[in-house]
Amino acid sequence: MKNRLSDNKYKMIAFINIVVVITVWYLLSEVFQVFRNGMLPGPNVILETFISKLNSKSPDGNTLLVHIVSSLTVVITGYIIGVVIGLPTGIFMAWYRPIDYLVRPVFDFLRCIPGLAWIPVITVWLGIDLKAKAAIIFVNVFVGTVVNVYSGIKQTDQVKIWVAQIFGASHFEILKRVALPSALPYIFTGLKVSLGMAWLGIIAAELLAAQSGLGYMIQVARNFGRADLVIVGMLTIGLIGAFLTYLLEKVEHIFVKGRN
Amino acid sequence: MSSILKINNINKIFINNNGSDKAVLQNVNFEVEENEFIVVFGPGQCGKTTLLNIIAGLEKQSSGQVFIKDKLVEKAGPDRAVVFQNIQLFPWLTALKNVEYSMKIRGFSKEEYHSEAMKYLELVGLKGFENSYPIKLSGGMKQRVGIARAYCTKPDVMLMDEPFGALDAQTRYLMQDEVLRICNTEKRTIVFITNNIEEALYLADRIVVMSDCPSTVKEVVKIDLTHPRDRTDSEFLRLRKEISAMVNRKR
Repeated sequence: MKNRLSDNKYKMIAFINIVVVITVWYLLSEVFQVFRNGMLPGPNVILETFISKLNSKSPDGNTLLVHIVSSLTVVITGYIIGVVIGLPTGIFMAWYRPIDYLVRPVFDFLRCIPGLAWIPVITVWLGIDLKAKAAIIFVNVFVGTVVNVYSGIKQTDQVKIWVAQIFGASHFEILKRVALPSALPYIFTGLKVSLGMAWLGIIAAELLAAQSGLGYMIQVARNFGRADLVIVGMLTIGLIGAFLTYLLEKVEHIFVKGRN
Repeated sequence: MSSILKINNINKIFINNNGSDKAVLQNVNFEVEENEFIVVFGPGQCGKTTLLNIIAGLEKQSSGQVFIKDKLVEKAGPDRAVVFQNIQLFPWLTALKNVEYSMKIRGFSKEEYHSEAMKYLELVGLKGFENSYPIKLSGGMKQRVGIARAYCTKPDVMLMDEPFGALDAQTRYLMQDEVLRICNTEKRTIVFITNNIEEALYLADRIVVMSDCPSTVKEVVKIDLTHPRDRTDSEFLRLRKEISAMVNRKR
């Protein structure tokens, strides 16, 4: 009961915060006009642009929805491949010492290369289509997933492992029934961080080479001096990112039981 | 009576990072009879948990042997279930699933491990809390789950490492009575570690009195008081004084 009360209080504070930000934004842009020639359009203008962009193909040749679908396709493709390969890599590296010794030196070296630095070679190897862009996302996601899963598994409480050993569990069973469940919160943190990294990758990739996508839309809008459309692109990315994170948190609630 | 557990000349020396070594257990010898409640009592932080872990097969001794039913202990196994000091329930499993886990892992059928787990949860007084996650349970209740989990593996020896150390005094007294009740309902051999002399005297059939650092057995004292014991009984207090003096003599 008490929790619910303070919960509502926090929701209230969050709501007031958003109202304040939008008000200040409105005052700066429309009332005081601190930036000249519409370089900071007000929230009302952004909303108008957003609505009109749902139907309008100018100046970049696609409606907003097409851009969103285009970017999402790439992000989700690269993200899923990155997670599907990254999860077992991190798990087995953390749990089986030979694999750790075999893989970690290479991995530690590769992970020091920023994901974005891969863009030039990937475009050379794979071109600029979905495949190439998904590969850029993959690099970002893979590294983040492995690092978090690895440290999550490594932090398994020794005494909890003992408990399972006393009951006669094998090394693999301990991984399955003790290490993995106890690492689950870390794994989900990794998945969420990687999601942010995925968006980072897609925008960078589309700024370089694309015919559609939110990053591409922002780039074109910038060339046309359309600050309003740039901001619409930024906000759309933010909203989708927040929504995907929200979905992941829902999934986390289903899987992570009995913890704060 | 035959001894079920035999501790034979156990030594444990830890090597520090700087190469110096520290002996924590020195020539530890004692035997435990079947269905006996043995309390290993000693002051300080030295050696008792290590001894228990060696009996459990979780840590390696530097020398000496542990025999269970005349078989040399080489690794951990369900014949020596441990109730750990900080309980170590799996937070992602309900109370029931925590208890079931110990049987599930050894390939019992679902009906079997479910009914056994329910039986032992009831034995420890947790009927109605089967589906609670550990985070929702009090310290005493978690410790009950820990006992049920160890009990249902039907171990030859139950090893309890200061299980009530983290509980408040009132709950501690209650849990001591509970442990005695549970042990009387279904007999087990118990090795119970504590640094609390009152707890030792309240529970033990025999007390193994250990010295501090390196720990060695000072004396094994048979406690002939009848249960339920009175902590203010004159014989109880006399024994308390006598055993306290044993461990303090050196200082």
